[in-house]
Amino acid sequence: MSAAAAPPAASAGAGVPGSPHAAGVQGTAAGLDSGGGARRRLTWIVGAVTVLALAAAPWVLDQYTISTASRILAMGLLTMSVTLLTGVAGLPTLAQAAYFGIGAYTAALLARAGVVLGPAQLLAAAAVAAAVALVTGSVVVRARGVTFLMLTLAVGELAHSAAIQWRGISGGTDGLSGIPPVVPLPGMAPLVNDGLVFYYVLAVFLALFAAVGGLTRSPYGLALRGIRDNEARLRATGYPVYQYLLVAYAAAGGLAGAAGALWVSVLRYVSPGDLSFGLAALALLAAVIGGIGSMWGACLGAALVVLVRDYVGGLDVPLTDYRASGPLLLGVTFVMVVYLMPHGIAGTLKDAMVRLLRSGPAAPDDSPPGDSPTERA
Amino acid sequence: MTGLLELEEVARSFGSLRAVDQVSLRVAPGARHAVIGPNGAGKSTLFNLIGGSLRASSGAIRFDGRDITRMPEHRRARLGIARTFQHSSVFLRETALENVLLGVARHAGVGGSVTRAALGRRHLLDRCLELLDTVGLAGRHAAPAGSLSHGERRQLEVAMALGAEPRLLLLDEPAAGMSVAETAGFTELVAGLPEHVTVLLIEHDLDVVFELADRITVLHLGRSLATGTPEEIRADPEVQQAYLGATDLEDLFPPPEAGS
Repeated sequence: MSAAAAPPAASAGAGVPGSPHAAGVQGTAAGLDSGGGARRRLTWIVGAVTVLALAAAPWVLDQYTISTASRILAMGLLTMSVTLLTGVAGLPTLAQAAYFGIGAYTAALLARAGVVLGPAQLLAAAAVAAAVALVTGSVVVRARGVTFLMLTLAVGELAHSAAIQWRGISGGTDGLSGIPPVVPLPGMAPLVNDGLVFYYVLAVFLALFAAVGGLTRSPYGLALRGIRDNEARLRATGYPVYQYLLVAYAAAGGLAGAAGALWVSVLRYVSPGDLSFGLAALALLAAVIGGIGSMWGACLGAALVVLVRDYVGGLDVPLTDYRASGPLLLGVTFVMVVYLMPHGIAGTLKDAMVRLLRSGPAAPDDSPPGDSPTERA
Repeated sequence: MTGLLELEEVARSFGSLRAVDQVSLRVAPGARHAVIGPNGAGKSTLFNLIGGSLRASSGAIRFDGRDITRMPEHRRARLGIARTFQHSSVFLRETALENVLLGVARHAGVGGSVTRAALGRRHLLDRCLELLDTVGLAGRHAAPAGSLSHGERRQLEVAMALGAEPRLLLLDEPAAGMSVAETAGFTELVAGLPEHVTVLLIEHDLDVVFELADRITVLHLGRSLATGTPEEIRADPEVQQAYLGATDLEDLFPPPEAGS
């Protein structure tokens, strides 16, 4: 680079921010994200408090609520699989419920056949779902935009029909019941208590959340975001886009499959409704509400969707004889989020966090101007 | 002597339009080779054929002695062909550093790595900062590419292309839309590239062309009209004739206009 080392005159008026170079390098080396140490510290604190609160939940919540919390975590993983494709790689998908259902049926069939060990069910469910995703993905991943959405819708509908028609295996519309409780580790007792099931689900959830979080921050995750932002550019940089997307599609399928296995461990029942269009749309809705592209946003979106539909939706409306309608509330929530928080929950919270850190005395103001807060996972 | 890049009667048609028509071209290693011609001459199509985003209808393209005519785009990039686009093409939502990292990580063989550890171990982030420094974007590494000015994005594109350690760098109208100062800086940057990076350049700004190029090919209506040294091209009567029908050299290669 010898002679070119002198910066060209063009940079003279470029408005270089005054942050010390060395400090910037340090911050960069620690993470691909822009943002200073204060932001990272706050993230750690919020994360730790969240995990502690989740761990304490079975001690303070009743059985029904804790079971709802378990379902929220499983739904959160399903929504993360949607976010991985839709938010990170830029492919809007309605097929994740299909892979979720495939994972759920796999786990249910294994459990009924006597394989009650949780990790074995999870691995098998993820593997079968990922394999099916690999096969279907080899066709689907060639499409983009609305065509991709329609193809994934077709995958979802095919899986739903198969679950209804294939009575010998799926039990048809009756579904599969009589599933024995899950055994988390060899030698442990089966988990019949909802609080203990919650701990099992929480452990699996945290492990997968960490794995997906690492993935989105890795060079591979960066390449996926590159496909979303500028596919032609990425191809010209030497990346085989099709293979990268296919791997992402299979991985997202595996993640959804694992979520399905957890679902079965919580409910001990599976039916064609668990891979219906309704669930697929719900997961996409949760991903959008959460703030597309953010993994913790996806989990918050899933929590909001499940709480509104199943919890608030079942309550009596005060001063009337009516009960609240879950789907109606969900629609209202969605409209409100889109209007009030266009970048979703994650985007809005991140905005607030950045403002908080800027106004604080110890805040290093090294986030660049125009840094839209929505895209970082 | 063989060229680093050789095109043999390469053609590409869109329907009945022959955008690139039997073009033969040889780019010597280390050359600063410019392709000029009026709009619609097929320059960008030619670049797309070389880069691999389009396939040639007929003819052969060889890079470093290898036939790459039917090779997919990403594999050509891996052989060492990097390019910038006519309309600056960056990853708008990623930071400047991440934009460069995509090329750097890919070249280091960790582009598909699912952990970040490889980046630190190989000092790849330092390499990215060095490249940003080289193109004059020092201190801008954390800025999202979408917040950079047009000139800065062009500089970033060069850093991205260099990050892949190319042997052949394709620059498609790099100075388009740049201010005079930006153009001067950019010319300096390209002139300072090391010998082992061969440059093939499309440019309308003939000042830039004559300052940088040691060989020039003139395209007209998809055909290669002439190839030669800048002096030969200036003097070629056929170029004068066909290129806008100009009769006077001053019309064909006008003196620089300020502020364009």
